[in-house]
Amino acid sequence: MTTKHERYYVPAQSYWPIVGAVGLFFIAIGLANLIHVFQPGYDTSLTKSILLLGVGVSVIIFMVSGWFNHVIKENMAGLYSAQMDRSFRQGMIWFIFSEVMFFAAFFGALFYIRMFALPWLGGEGSKPLTLDLLWPNFVAEWPLLNNPDPKYASPNEVIPWHGIPLLNTTLLLTSGATITWAHWALKVGKRLQLNLAMFCTIALGLTFLGFQIYEYSHAYMDLGLTLDSGIYGSTFFMLTGFHGLHVTLGSIMLIVILVRCLRGSFTAENHFAFEATAWYWHFVDVVWLGLFIFVYIL
Amino acid sequence: MGDHHHGPAKGLSRWLLTTNHKDIGTLYLWFAFIMFLVGGAFAMVIRMELFQPGNQLVSPNTFNQLTTMHGLIMVFGAIMPAFTGFANWLIPMMVGAPDMALPRMNNWSFWILPFAFAILLSSWFMDGGAPNFGWTFYAPLSTQGPPSTDFFILSVHMMGISSIMGAINVIVTIFNMRAPGMTLMKMPIFCWSWLITAFLLIAVMPILAAAVTMLLTDRNFGTSFFDAAGGGDPVLFQHIFWFFGHPEVYIMILPAFGIVSEILPTFTRKRLFGRVSMIYAIVAIAGLSFIVWAHHMFTTGMPVIAGLFFMYATMLIAVPTGVKIFNWAATIFRGALTFETPMLFALGFVFLFTIGGFSGLMLALIPADIQYHDTYFVVAHFHYVLVSGALFSIFAGAYYWLPKWTGTMYNETLGKFHFWLSAISFNITFFPMHFMGLAGMPRRIPDYALQFADFNRISSIGSFVFGLSQLLFLYIIIQAIRGKGKKATDEVWDDHPRGLEWTLSSPPAYHTFETPPSEKLVEEHH
Repeated sequence: MTTKHERYYVPAQSYWPIVGAVGLFFIAIGLANLIHVFQPGYDTSLTKSILLLGVGVSVIIFMVSGWFNHVIKENMAGLYSAQMDRSFRQGMIWFIFSEVMFFAAFFGALFYIRMFALPWLGGEGSKPLTLDLLWPNFVAEWPLLNNPDPKYASPNEVIPWHGIPLLNTTLLLTSGATITWAHWALKVGKRLQLNLAMFCTIALGLTFLGFQIYEYSHAYMDLGLTLDSGIYGSTFFMLTGFHGLHVTLGSIMLIVILVRCLRGSFTAENHFAFEATAWYWHFVDVVWLGLFIFVYIL
Repeated sequence: MGDHHHGPAKGLSRWLLTTNHKDIGTLYLWFAFIMFLVGGAFAMVIRMELFQPGNQLVSPNTFNQLTTMHGLIMVFGAIMPAFTGFANWLIPMMVGAPDMALPRMNNWSFWILPFAFAILLSSWFMDGGAPNFGWTFYAPLSTQGPPSTDFFILSVHMMGISSIMGAINVIVTIFNMRAPGMTLMKMPIFCWSWLITAFLLIAVMPILAAAVTMLLTDRNFGTSFFDAAGGGDPVLFQHIFWFFGHPEVYIMILPAFGIVSEILPTFTRKRLFGRVSMIYAIVAIAGLSFIVWAHHMFTTGMPVIAGLFFMYATMLIAVPTGVKIFNWAATIFRGALTFETPMLFALGFVFLFTIGGFSGLMLALIPADIQYHDTYFVVAHFHYVLVSGALFSIFAGAYYWLPKWTGTMYNETLGKFHFWLSAISFNITFFPMHFMGLAGMPRRIPDYALQFADFNRISSIGSFVFGLSQLLFLYIIIQAIRGKGKKATDEVWDDHPRGLEWTLSSPPAYHTFETPPSEKLVEEHH
């Protein structure tokens, strides 16, 4: 039988998935226990919780590095085909789509709060009694500097868009350009420029994170803007926090890719891992633009 | 590197470490069946408690835990994994692929599930007991729920990771692994239904993840997403949940449409009527599922204009669904029908799912829904679409492909017996719930007013018969797996079957289509 397709590589048995499942299991129970340690009324042991979580995280790190190593070796051994490469690419794209939807939910929450929940709480709409009966002195405004109920301490100030956020926007947009530069350099075989551009991208990403940490400490120390300071703090920290986690993950990915670039493991034709990381980085970039506009500016 | 592996490995490692889509399909199906029995056992206790008015068997709090866990287990543990099991077994064989596109990730998708459900089920033994706020875990019930809620949240995260990876695998397999010559429009409709389902999964499981994450931080880190005291809104929870939840109910029914659309042509000896419109109808239903979520919240309250929008958009779904029902009817019309067990379940599906569809239409009307909301009418509605809909299609599919998978015909007499027992007892259980609901019996309560006693007793008796009948199914399956029965032919049902899976031996080799089938074969079997 003649076919146009090459034989698709179906790997033999693998330990990595079950190791990964065990890792997630320990992370889940470790995390749930750890959360309870800090809640009143629980007698959960801190040591045991950290131990469980630590085991889970170590197992996952072991799994991720081992699994990727295995895949890289298979690729080097020439087991993969163009069709396999397409599977990886499509898989990555759909993974990024799922991430987009995760952020969409938090953006949706922000929009709902601003467009509907707060105005209604402030007496707008067809049910003005909401205001009279719940918190009559409440004034709907954004940023919300006066929470309806004093049980949530209100923030004194919020972060203006034109300081660190604008700077961070510039940093991330520049990093999007430098990673494109790196990709170009890889494709035309300019190794030095590739490594330089990758280094710049990582440096920009880490600088972004540094500024973000500074901004958070400023918010906590000076502005009274915290995770538990009402809905502004909730949406602000959850959105920027999850974005920051993704920048952290993206930076780790970039560092791994830089190490692989230095080892010379990519060729002009065969560099799926590089491109996947670049896509991920662009995704993180785009999410930031959404944050900059909807969380900081508007 | 391990490319020359032909048969399965020996012992437990075969199942733990497997990358084979057939093994993983089997794992999913068995896992789903075990969860089905666990969730079913909870339902049996619920029906025992409701056998007569008054509190006899369990405390009200335990009752709430039972309804919650019954719902969660059946949705995430039974129906969804069962369909994923079908996807794993069938999609590679139907599109002529050697396996799923990402076989190791496929194994990971499965093995996350037993751990996730171990966490969820362990919540029974925690201080404060299992989650008790219903499978929809509305805030503020869930923000104030028992300590085990945090474990529930993290187990939902694990289920989400599993579902997303499983769905990515399905989509990539369908887009990238089809045999040469198999265009998307020539692809079997079961694969189509799963392609759309997988898209829905990737789109909305992250929304669920976000919802439980906000719940986690509201409970433990002082955020106020669902607390009006901090400027949040408990109604926001319902919006986020149902933005996930409505596509989710189509995740549980589109693969059922696919299975029934495969089975009806075989036992009517006709082609599926209006195949292309069937595909478009699936796409339309999936698209509409994103803009109808608030019909679950009519009594929660929303601006009139929003209510009208969600009402009309919901009723619009009746159009593509009607297309499907009429096309199935037209497929049956003037066919040469025979009534083997898969056909019986498929016909049962068409009739009973339609009843569930009609009661759904009633619930879509705001003025009517204000009466029906949170009554047993809703319970009747979603059990008609989920039990006689999703579950019956799973039974139908299991009987239909079991001879292919095992190489042995199941016991046809017992199969038919299983169908009639299930179909009759199902209706005895759930049909009276329509009346109870219309008469005003609220759902999710352990005790009820005296006038509902007769209907509840009938319903409980029906449910015990239904529950026991499923043990018969287990017996039939095990007999077929053990090879007790007639040898199945490769074509199994029809001398000239459509679908590449029937060109393989029964049972198929451990690895099939290691090189893609020829375009000629694809052309002959689509």
